[in-house]
Amino acid sequence: MIRWLFAILGGILLGGVVHLVSVLALPRIASQDAYARLAPTLKLNAVTALPEAAPGTAPMPFMDPAFAAAACKYDLSNGSIKLRVPVSQAYTSVSFYTNEDIAYYAINDRSAGRKVIELDLMTSQQKAALPEDEDITAADRLIIESPTPTGLIVMRALAPEPGLMPQAEAALAAASCKVQAEVSQPKQR
Amino acid sequence: MRLIFVLILAMAIATVVGLGLTWNTATRGVEIGTLTIGPWTARPRIGTSDIDPYARATVARSGELPIGAGDGITFRATTDDAGKKLDGRCDVVVSGVTPPARFWTLTIYDTKGKLIANTLQRYGFTSQEVVRASDGSFSVRIAPRARSGNWLPTGGISRYLLLLRLYDTPVGVATRSKKDAPLPSISTAGCS
Repeated sequence: MIRWLFAILGGILLGGVVHLVSVLALPRIASQDAYARLAPTLKLNAVTALPEAAPGTAPMPFMDPAFAAAACKYDLSNGSIKLRVPVSQAYTSVSFYTNEDIAYYAINDRSAGRKVIELDLMTSQQKAALPEDEDITAADRLIIESPTPTGLIVMRALAPEPGLMPQAEAALAAASCKVQAEVSQPKQR
Repeated sequence: MRLIFVLILAMAIATVVGLGLTWNTATRGVEIGTLTIGPWTARPRIGTSDIDPYARATVARSGELPIGAGDGITFRATTDDAGKKLDGRCDVVVSGVTPPARFWTLTIYDTKGKLIANTLQRYGFTSQEVVRASDGSFSVRIAPRARSGNWLPTGGISRYLLLLRLYDTPVGVATRSKKDAPLPSISTAGCS
């Protein structure tokens, strides 16, 4: 009798452990997460427009239908990424996700404060390797550190009314996301 | 021989309890780090690197991309103010004011996060297109059949979700109560 009680109690305790382990493991083993859904449709280190958020075409759940969206799947192993997104009339934002869907950084047009959002994305090693005497650092460029070498950049432009959707799409179509040539050579002066 | 049966029972209980809990929490979500104001709930940390493991599991399971914290915040509602589940066969009225934000959108989804097809291609309202009263408040009527004013069609499905997204807003990790973030009320006005 006691033995069966132990079995049940032990089973419940062990169940707690199984629960914790499986919650922590879920983001790694999920095969239908946003990155897995989007990655096959995207070109590497280039901007691809995402299908319109409408019934039947939305590539992932809970997309905001008032936004035009484009994404860039990046891989930083061949150098840092330079991202340029012209802002649309209403509202534009750029969000950075790791390959496990963690939104580690997001910025909107107002906090970027310009007509074009310009960002450099690099790993912490690449940032550390930047020449320090570079007089154009910080002030001119916004540098984002990616916690993982691969991930997603999602650009979104709001169409406040359905008729403004073509404008929002056009702003994103002019966005660019490309690998920068290694800039580690000494400066020529 | 008996020991083996005991062990098998313990393992079986562990598997059922552990995976059951995980499935349940990843599907429904847990109240860790959530901000609840009336029927609306938000997870202010979901769009940051500090996202908790339960929220990560939910995100991985549903396949959505959370809105980054520098972009905005999402409030979800599955019930009205009285706690009644939102029913697409009823008239539901969302009315009042929204917290300070440059833009907001109110969107209706089915329980899987898909938009509900309709001939008007009307899936939600943005803060700019919604028709307001003279005091700046608004009222959106969510109903299966056409209504005057701001009408959001449900297609007659039984359960749905409302998502209120605020973009470029001070509402976030520091928000605690309704005083900081006055959200619109949701009420069921009658079922057909």
